[in-house]
Amino acid sequence: MLSELFSLFYQFADVFAFLVLASAGLAIVFGMMGVINMAHGEFIMCGAYVTVGLVNLGVPLPVAQIVAAITAGLIGILIEILVVRRFYKRPLDSLLATWGLSLIVTQGMLIVVGSSIRGIGTPEGSFAVGDYTFSTYRMILFACALAVLVGIYVLFMRTRFGIIARATMQNAGMAQALGARTGRIYAVSFGIGAGLAGLCGALYAPTMTLIPTMGATFIVESFVTVVVGGANVLLGTAPAAMLLALVRMSLNASYGQIIGQIGMLFAVIAIIRILPEGFSSILARRGR
Amino acid sequence: MSAFKTILVAASSIALLACAATGVQAADPLKIGLMEDISGDLAFMGMPKLHGSQLAVEEINKGGGILGRQVELIHLDPQGDNARYQEFTRRLLNRDKVDVLIGGITSASREAVRPIVNRTKTPYFYTNQYEGGVCDANMISMGAVPEQQFSTLIPWMVEKFGKKVYVVAADYNFGQISAEWNRKILKDLGGTVVGEEFIPLGVSQFAQTIQNIQKAKPDWILTINVGAAQDSFFEQAAAAKLNLPMGSSIKIMLGFEHKRFAPPALNNMHVTANWFEEIDTPEANAFKKRWHAKFPDEIYINDMGYNAYHAIYMYKMLVEQAKSTKLDDLRKVIATGKACIDAAEGQVCIDPKSQHTSHRMRLGSGGPKHEISVDKDYGTIQPYWLSEIGCDLTKKNDKDQYTPTHLPKK
Repeated sequence: MLSELFSLFYQFADVFAFLVLASAGLAIVFGMMGVINMAHGEFIMCGAYVTVGLVNLGVPLPVAQIVAAITAGLIGILIEILVVRRFYKRPLDSLLATWGLSLIVTQGMLIVVGSSIRGIGTPEGSFAVGDYTFSTYRMILFACALAVLVGIYVLFMRTRFGIIARATMQNAGMAQALGARTGRIYAVSFGIGAGLAGLCGALYAPTMTLIPTMGATFIVESFVTVVVGGANVLLGTAPAAMLLALVRMSLNASYGQIIGQIGMLFAVIAIIRILPEGFSSILARRGR
Repeated sequence: MSAFKTILVAASSIALLACAATGVQAADPLKIGLMEDISGDLAFMGMPKLHGSQLAVEEINKGGGILGRQVELIHLDPQGDNARYQEFTRRLLNRDKVDVLIGGITSASREAVRPIVNRTKTPYFYTNQYEGGVCDANMISMGAVPEQQFSTLIPWMVEKFGKKVYVVAADYNFGQISAEWNRKILKDLGGTVVGEEFIPLGVSQFAQTIQNIQKAKPDWILTINVGAAQDSFFEQAAAAKLNLPMGSSIKIMLGFEHKRFAPPALNNMHVTANWFEEIDTPEANAFKKRWHAKFPDEIYINDMGYNAYHAIYMYKMLVEQAKSTKLDDLRKVIATGKACIDAAEGQVCIDPKSQHTSHRMRLGSGGPKHEISVDKDYGTIQPYWLSEIGCDLTKKNDKDQYTPTHLPKK
């Protein structure tokens, strides 16, 4: 009985971690700037490739993962300055620009690095509960997902940067008039979004096939979580991930992966029919 | 006219004459239309297919071509998109007017291409191992089929590991029909399928599947999951210490997972195939040497790349025997039952009734350090199933794909 209960928790934690880590970066960029970053998956791939490259050079895995996330973040800032910045007043064009970027990056990686690189293997460690054995690393992923949520909360609610960033998000013109350097805020926010995407790739790199298009396997989950969550990262992403993880986990467990995926997408359709602005709209309203 | 202009005119007329002269000497090149994915999700598998085709064409052209005609390879990259497969098929057939069409990775892409080829008189070579059953006069299948792969693998696995099997399969025609084959063969052996899971393409997270397997307690797992995303299963199963023997018709020799994942993810994986790069015979070694000389960065010469190479030699043999490139003439050669070539695995022949190829089958196993051992050599196995159920292309063109539950009407 205990093993069955733990197994359910483990499955929930696994899906929840995947949804949170895959969508956090996308949610910040969308929530802060209204930009739908179609190159989100490529920042994930970047994090994974940097991690694997560094581990192959002999860097310990956790260090490699942190460096990979920072690298993706810095590339994100660069991309914001070079490309995204020019499209803040044209959201549809920014969609096209980032999509183009994504195509260039995947094809470029295919040409430069090749069609696949060798994986590094999940860190050793498993534990048994009853009849089942579990990978310890998946629990670490769950802990990282929680840490990311707490980190976002602290950053945006408890720091000076967070206050200015939220002010910029609510009314960029007014924030600028009060002396906030909104351009820099946007660049840093985009960098944080890209860095979180890179972190996602870095964390999942040991557990997955490494190919240039690997970002695509995260895309559906990250977009639906952001759509269900709405524009507010803090009030949206976490409850959205929790609900979708519950739906998917229970359907996966009883009916298999196909029904799990279909069910999750149906849940998304139902939710955006009732709450077109996502979860954050009701939660934000109640907060006021 | 200035002196300069005169010289220019004279020079160009000589050049023109020269061109015309060579035009008379050499016939038009023979055109091979090739469709292989070298970008997108299956790029890592498709790249060796392109390389194998390029190597064969280069060797044949150096040796004087086919019937004295040079071979021109027209390759298009459908990027794993079935709609693009159809578009490119039409383009190669109608605009480029190719003499033969080769390619396609997934069974879904093959089934997208086949109806279009069927309206023409162009031969089509499918070069992958697959779930079998296509009875179509336009198509020649170069890969291994279930009676060569599953009828060897499943009894061996049952004898060695036990009768309870869990199936993890990709959710499209290949996975579904392969699972059907497993059910049929297992039933004859008195085994049971303790679980069957079909995974949508693109799914990369398998925690639930791994637990379902642990709950079902099978003796071994049949893994016919497809694509880069689904391959993540192996890494995640190893991390969760699933530690069960695995059997497959597509792993190692086709997706070279043992080269892409860190050991021991592919430990205890067993595959029956007509080709592994690890086969150590003089013919196989000579073939590998030629390949790596041209493509030194190739990670692994996979089964479908190997078949793609030999498909072009098979086509060369057919055209030279028939002294024609017409499908009907090629099929007359096939009908003699002597359409054979010496491949790196050994001699392979096209069966006249089904137009599928006989293969020398071997069983390979992955070890804890991903070393591959060839554990059993089955010798040459004929593709017998289609003719047994009544497909006879020498008499009737069914243009259908049969499965154990979809048999021809008597």
